[in-house]
Amino acid sequence: MAHGPSESFFSRWLFSTNHKDIGTLYLWFSFAMFLLGGAFAMVIRAELFQPGMQLIEPEFFNQMTTMHGLVMVFGAIMPAFVGLANWMIPMMIGAPDMALPRMNNLSFWILPFAFAILVSTLFMEGGGPNFGWTFYAPLSTTYAPDTVNYFIFGVHIMGASSIMGSINIIATVINMRAPGMTYMKMPLFVWTWVITAFLLVAVMPVLAGAVTMMLMDINFGTSFFDAAGGGDPVLFQHVFWFFGHPEVYIIILPAFGVVSQIIPTFSRKPLFGYSSMVYATASIAFLSFIVWAHHMFTVGMPIAGELYFMYATMLIAVPTGVKVFNWVTTMYKGALTFETPMLFSIAFVILFTFGGFTGMMLSIAAADTQYHDTYFVVAHFHYVMVAGAVFSGTAAVYYWLPKWCGRMYDETMGKVQFWIAFIAFNITFMPQHFLGLAGMPRRYSDYGLQFADWNMVSSIGAFMYGGAQLLFLFNVIRTIGWGKPIDDPKVWEGAEGLEWTLPTPAPFHTFSTPPVLK
Amino acid sequence: MKNTTSHRNVLIKSLLGAAVMFMFAMFVLPPLYDLFCEITGIGGKTGDAYTATEVVVDTTREVEVQFVATNNATMPWEFYPVEHKVVVHPGEQKEIVFYAKNLTGMDMVGQAIPNVLPNNAADYFLKTECFCFNNQPLAAGDDAELAVVFIIDPDLPASVNTVTLSYTIFDITDRGSMQVSQLK
Repeated sequence: MAHGPSESFFSRWLFSTNHKDIGTLYLWFSFAMFLLGGAFAMVIRAELFQPGMQLIEPEFFNQMTTMHGLVMVFGAIMPAFVGLANWMIPMMIGAPDMALPRMNNLSFWILPFAFAILVSTLFMEGGGPNFGWTFYAPLSTTYAPDTVNYFIFGVHIMGASSIMGSINIIATVINMRAPGMTYMKMPLFVWTWVITAFLLVAVMPVLAGAVTMMLMDINFGTSFFDAAGGGDPVLFQHVFWFFGHPEVYIIILPAFGVVSQIIPTFSRKPLFGYSSMVYATASIAFLSFIVWAHHMFTVGMPIAGELYFMYATMLIAVPTGVKVFNWVTTMYKGALTFETPMLFSIAFVILFTFGGFTGMMLSIAAADTQYHDTYFVVAHFHYVMVAGAVFSGTAAVYYWLPKWCGRMYDETMGKVQFWIAFIAFNITFMPQHFLGLAGMPRRYSDYGLQFADWNMVSSIGAFMYGGAQLLFLFNVIRTIGWGKPIDDPKVWEGAEGLEWTLPTPAPFHTFSTPPVLK
Repeated sequence: MKNTTSHRNVLIKSLLGAAVMFMFAMFVLPPLYDLFCEITGIGGKTGDAYTATEVVVDTTREVEVQFVATNNATMPWEFYPVEHKVVVHPGEQKEIVFYAKNLTGMDMVGQAIPNVLPNNAADYFLKTECFCFNNQPLAAGDDAELAVVFIIDPDLPASVNTVTLSYTIFDITDRGSMQVSQLK
């Protein structure tokens, strides 16, 4: 029995249990959040265009830095990759749908409410959260605006959504692989996601615990993080980063997976070192649990602790290096072509590696005292988060969009977007390394005159980068509405995998009977 | 149908795992952190009230004990040690006094939190009496002399010749009836 999507717009999207529709919802939601978080970033860069206070109050600036981080991490990047997982994992492993389709609907539809709650605080008396996306106590408890309770509730809902999404992915991958699809035959995107899903189930509850302890400190008189009652604010930092460090790998591992799908396609060679990629991903996931305190070298740790966290952190460079080596080796002597997804993927490899190197610099405990909480850190994590996760997400959309909607995007526009994004990204964040090394602290609404020039350069780059995203939006809408129709199942000459055996555009229901694997 | 049961299996196991991690963050990590700090002495937390026992006073050794008083953020009291340092023999019981005055026109409650440096001395700084064991209510304009009776354990590592006892006083007026002793 072939069922199409529901005729009514509302019942199709509100009550959907179809993995493709829910994937689409996730992707559009995350893009909306990406534009919102981007708008916050534009406010930040506009204020920092020149020294002195021009546009906004310092208090509002703090809210902007906080909301930019929260919206981008929890609203843009994470749901984008959950959306890709929803769309692609069933098609890649030969499953008809996700394992738990109703929970899939629930995990998406609570997200808009979480962000409505979070963003609404900006319009309330006292303003939104202003304590940085890391919400260190006591800034986020004793000294927080009253709206912090909305923030806490919002984080709880986001966490619930992530956990449900992850369980769905785990159940799908464990139970619903087509006959013959053994674990070591799964596409790397599926592998990286299933490992990410385990990370999410392990650490999102820790985040929920951290905000619950905050909630109790604020409203119920406990003293988890309050020194006046015998608690310890440093405990907050430990709990937060016990969640926070795995979180950064939650963001980047699916991005690794995407790039590991795209590079072989446009190199027309199988991925080099498939099994080492799987083991490297698992090692990174394991190591992410034992390095958290490298975010807090300046908190006053004993020397033994600093040394341990320093060496453990450096150890992560080994599996990450294996991955970078494998990507480069996949391209080596390949029949390369440079379509937009490939351009973004190559830029990902280069810029992510660059961000990894600055991470190595930051991991040196003795040197970190100088870099800590400066723009060097800001530059570092934007190289891995933006040039890492966002570039990879963009590559994924260009790579799979023709499969999804049966229409080809405009290659020229895609390439123009890539070059603007690539150049603008570096104009924005490269100078922030210099600012940080020169001592400019992060999260301030004003700066000394000696930092003026590079800040102006950085702001110009940021506006250009923002413009490139509008071009992206335009290109995607144009493709869906008016792109050149295609019906080649493979779309890309070098593409391998089950999703490319399906008709283009991908029908509403796929693999109702499992495919036969060679 | 086999699929439905195995989906439920994954769901239940994962949700249990998530619940365990939540409990771990809420109820295991904080005590674990305290225990870690207590064992290593990091954070300079001192122990609870110590009941004095007969110990031999080691008159061959002198330890300088310094006193520091700090007001937390918005705490408006006057708060300082009457003597800034004393020299004691390990094992000798010594009483010193801090002075606190509520300079405001409101009744307030303060709470002093102790900290000992160096870290490896924290376990050897024994307090038989301390105003920090209770909170300190002071009516508007009132003042008080707050006593600490302490003994330096003769087992204090030989490398330590100076111990600093620091108190940070917090304004806990708004915390109502909550007291440190109830939280521990």
